[in-house]
Amino acid sequence: MPFHIVVCGSIVPDPLQTLEPVVGAAGPGLKNEMMLPAVLDPWAAHALYEAANLAQRTPGSKVWLVSLGPKAKLQQVMMTVAQKVPFELVALDGPAGGFVDAYETAAALAGAIQSIPGLDRNQLLVFGGWESASRAAGATMQVVGEILGIAEQFQGVDELTVAESGELRILERMEGGKHQVSVCSGPPAVLGWATGNLPEPRNNPQVGMANMRTVMPALQKAKPAPVGAGGVNYLSVALPKQQRETNVIKDWSAEQIARDIVAWIEE
Amino acid sequence: MESTLFLAHTEADGSLGKAALEALSAARALGGAMAAGLVGAAAKPAAERTLAVCGGEFAAPRYATDAAAAEALIQSSGASIVVAPGTSRWARVLPGVAHRLGGRADTHVTQVKADGGRVAISRWFYRQRIEAELERPQRPWIILIEPGCYEPYAGELKGAVEPVAAPQVECRTRVEGVQAPKADEQTIRPDAKLLFVAGAGWTKKQRDGVEHIEEAEKLILGFLKATQASLGSSKSLVDLSGEGQKVLTFLTHLNQVGQTGATPRHPKGLATCCHGEEPHVVGWRFIRERRAVNLDPNCGWARGKADVVYVADAFEVMSKVNELLSAQDQKL
Repeated sequence: MPFHIVVCGSIVPDPLQTLEPVVGAAGPGLKNEMMLPAVLDPWAAHALYEAANLAQRTPGSKVWLVSLGPKAKLQQVMMTVAQKVPFELVALDGPAGGFVDAYETAAALAGAIQSIPGLDRNQLLVFGGWESASRAAGATMQVVGEILGIAEQFQGVDELTVAESGELRILERMEGGKHQVSVCSGPPAVLGWATGNLPEPRNNPQVGMANMRTVMPALQKAKPAPVGAGGVNYLSVALPKQQRETNVIKDWSAEQIARDIVAWIEE
Repeated sequence: MESTLFLAHTEADGSLGKAALEALSAARALGGAMAAGLVGAAAKPAAERTLAVCGGEFAAPRYATDAAAAEALIQSSGASIVVAPGTSRWARVLPGVAHRLGGRADTHVTQVKADGGRVAISRWFYRQRIEAELERPQRPWIILIEPGCYEPYAGELKGAVEPVAAPQVECRTRVEGVQAPKADEQTIRPDAKLLFVAGAGWTKKQRDGVEHIEEAEKLILGFLKATQASLGSSKSLVDLSGEGQKVLTFLTHLNQVGQTGATPRHPKGLATCCHGEEPHVVGWRFIRERRAVNLDPNCGWARGKADVVYVADAFEVMSKVNELLSAQDQKL
């Protein structure tokens, strides 16, 4: 059975950027937030690659990427993402920072999913990252599922296999490096992905050209999504003060160092 | 004054796991009236008043049944603040339960406090790079306590257990079990006293101009076996394995620590061959005592982040460490 796979994924600052919090009239944010280079959220990106892989293996399937972020930043990120895998973009123009409320974001995403023409609930798989690299709330996907009335939900997913019967076999991360194995009868279901098993696809200019036919119009007609902080009162927002006085030991033999390490471990 | 519900899932015998006992400490620290709400195959008292949804269908973690149980317990308790352990089971379900009840959930909470009747929490944003303290107007407010942030509650647990009926729900998911590495192959040990972090340097060409992957594997596994440490890895090393390069065969994405991996909590951490600046260093942000073996004394992973940096070849050092640990083992 073909799937209609909707991937929820937004943008985050490039992980290599230095982040500095600032507090403005609208609440906390990042210094020069609009200037920071952005990437597709890493776990959402894994979800997108898994979606594309599943769609490729299941003829007749289709992938949508629903993304909420500042339109200009979305456009910048989509230039790269669109070259990876085929999808149709559904863009929402609004803030995507870490201090934006997960519940408001989820409501906007769910509304966008509900407005996708031709989406078949009986074929619907809602994918996303199990947490973002910004808010890391791990709440958005569950709330999207609740609004859509989907109670078959899985988080920290590393593997999805589809049986001939159409059943979904899902591995979810749990404590201690283990996975829970669940079997769901089929769509609709919500899957918040962890890392999965697929490497990042190489850029494919042909895929990029095909995607851009829909990406640019989607960005142009992106609806405003004025999500906010959800009434949260931030009492403080700060970088951690974790600078340590590092004792640099340069001239010890391997034997000396080993003895020191073993003694320290056994303290 | 807010009323608090301590909400946990039980172990198979009805007892509370370590993360649940830590969350119980956090809940009790808020003061005021507190009830307990438990979900599982069986339940034992966890407070003077313990509400419980029990039965076979609630033994295994599953969204539909867990959500129904948690919703029923929170509604029955009438609590405005719900404190729960941040386990994979509760993290999967409680944000959705909060939505059903018109409330909110916050995850990865490292501290919760009540000051003059006002409840506030601390949690991290941008993957442990920015810390914030906040309060919310919405109730019920479900607060998931990050494991390792509180001491497990060690007091006596007594009281009465009141059964609560959860509504029957349509459920299309069956839980088939748990998939885990064999005991002697398991390298992730959340309760270990030591985190050993292996960086990409282990897979690079060494002084003789060639890679020594097999030797690296032997040294690392030998150390883990001798110390029962937990193994973490930098993203770059894990990514190499995903790209099909010859790397340390026992590493998976589950070992990954850092911005797109875990941020485990252990009393001590020893990093070897790790390189990188701030974004990568978050992997051992919650390690109390940190030491590193690194050829570059100015590496951002170590300088200002570790208590001690040994400027040395990790192959030589870990070989000697393993020799010493083996000799001690033989003496015993």
